[in-house]
Amino acid sequence: MNRSGWLWAPSLAVYAFLYVPLAIVVLFSFNDSRLSAEWVGFTLDWYRKLATDDAMLAAARNSLLIALTAALIATVLGTMAGIAMHRYRIRGLTFLVLTPVAMPEILLGVSLLVFFIQVLNLTLGLVSVLVAHITFCIGFVAIIVRARLAGMDESIFEAARDLGATPWQSFRLVTLPLIMPAVTAGALMSFTLSIDDFVITFFTAGVGVSTLPLQIFTMIKVAVTPEVNAVSTLLMLVTLTLIVLASRVAPDALKGRT
Amino acid sequence: MPLLEIRNVTRRFGTLTAIDRVTLSIEAGEFFTLLGPSGCGKTTLLRMIAGFDAPDAGSIFLDGRDLADKPPEQRPVHTVFQSYALFPHMSVARNVAFPLQMAKKPPEEIAAKVKQALAEVHLEDKGASYPHELSGGQKQRVALARALVTRPRMLLLDEPLGALDAKLREQMEIELISLQRDVGITFVFVTHAQPEALALSHRIAVMRDGRVEQMDTPSRLYGFPANRFVADFIGNCNMLPATVSEATPHGLRLAVGALGEVAAPPAERARAGQAGVLALRPEQVHIVAANAAHELKNHFAGRVRDFLYIGDVTTYVVELENGTRIEALLANSAPGRARFFEVDEPVKVAWRHDAGIFLLD
Repeated sequence: MNRSGWLWAPSLAVYAFLYVPLAIVVLFSFNDSRLSAEWVGFTLDWYRKLATDDAMLAAARNSLLIALTAALIATVLGTMAGIAMHRYRIRGLTFLVLTPVAMPEILLGVSLLVFFIQVLNLTLGLVSVLVAHITFCIGFVAIIVRARLAGMDESIFEAARDLGATPWQSFRLVTLPLIMPAVTAGALMSFTLSIDDFVITFFTAGVGVSTLPLQIFTMIKVAVTPEVNAVSTLLMLVTLTLIVLASRVAPDALKGRT
Repeated sequence: MPLLEIRNVTRRFGTLTAIDRVTLSIEAGEFFTLLGPSGCGKTTLLRMIAGFDAPDAGSIFLDGRDLADKPPEQRPVHTVFQSYALFPHMSVARNVAFPLQMAKKPPEEIAAKVKQALAEVHLEDKGASYPHELSGGQKQRVALARALVTRPRMLLLDEPLGALDAKLREQMEIELISLQRDVGITFVFVTHAQPEALALSHRIAVMRDGRVEQMDTPSRLYGFPANRFVADFIGNCNMLPATVSEATPHGLRLAVGALGEVAAPPAERARAGQAGVLALRPEQVHIVAANAAHELKNHFAGRVRDFLYIGDVTTYVVELENGTRIEALLANSAPGRARFFEVDEPVKVAWRHDAGIFLLD
């Protein structure tokens, strides 16, 4: 055993703290018991039940639709904001972009609600949730993209222009490939933030629309059923798949060291 | 018509004037160097030629055309950056192909030219490598190949040898000279290292505080510096405060502090009574034993204070009887006679009446 052997104990404890609850959720989603307290036997019943639960399926569809669209739009806008924050020293721009990130969610939720209803006179629904999610995701993408740019040699971008690239070509052929890991990370983060957001969604969804977190919340108001475990497990699976996909896409761009 | 003409260019950053009414012209095929200490404006001037920065006043002409409205990509001028600025996500071959692709050349032509460009810098077998797999010297060569592959009208080099160690730097200097001669493209080179400038350039512009102090060939800059700054910046120089006591077309008589009368070559603008310095290169000053006979007019007794043995030469610091210190250079060419004088040994320093140059304050 090496000298730092004793470090194993605390690190094991931390990992256990992080992963045991997740493991239990996964495990009990296959438990053949209405009460989740003890292991009875293996079953896929909860997943079958899930597949016929129309409310849950509708919520899942909404969540995916919102998360994908919000991630896409927030990534485009956030990347632009990140580049602008890095390249042009516009007074107050950083403050404007990053405030929604620092703002307590409850405050953002309430203010968006007031804004949608009283100022825009909008009927709450998919669109209002989508706009709200984009709002709080932009800042995260912008931070990541700017951090990536800050570590890079500015003359690389000048070299592109110098060698005959128009500003657009320079962006497409040099800037974008080099910040791709940050853009991918930003998109992934936006997707994750959006798909599990509760507070802001709760305020901006209105009565007609439900998302997965809202639906799960409605269900556990009654009891924590294995069905909740099943839907949580699926959610975890989606997120994990995305992370694996992102790390498959990223390595090529990760070569972009200066 | 000169290839590049810079007319009365001024550039300010806030209250700082980085470039102050600079006018100069560069001929086709020249190896031209902008030399000066950091902050003298040489890089700012280069960036304005490349198009990354624009003058506040004055204009820059290339082939007689004003560059004012041309963005960097439309100027037939390429830059080799100090940090090389290779695209890290592209292979060496794709880096070199980049300017050709931007110029929309057909693929066969691109392949042929990339191959040729890599051959010119001796990197035929590195086409598939990525920049992070290369050494500093190899990156430097890729940057050169990339900037030269489209045969621009002019190549700008921003302290390209700054990041290399001394041995490699010397090797790259030699390669740069032969490359420039082979491709025949005008090089505009920016550096703060005067040996580099002297070794490489056809002409040098010495800059200070945004102005050009003197512009000439390396040997004339070294031999006939226009003022104290240039004399001091280029090579080493003894500066003896002096007053003109007599000025004739054949030579000057100078009163040099407590040394008394010294003979110096004629200076155009010198008049009796003017104050300035006598600038003497260490290699112009002879050092001889105290009792040695010699026939030079300017000779003074002193003692060796210090010496610096460099290998090919030894620099002696001699303190004269009145306290003035003079550096003298002695070649160590004869074997077994690497060092002639010891510290504290009495010696004589002497220089020819036509050595040195009188510079007005």
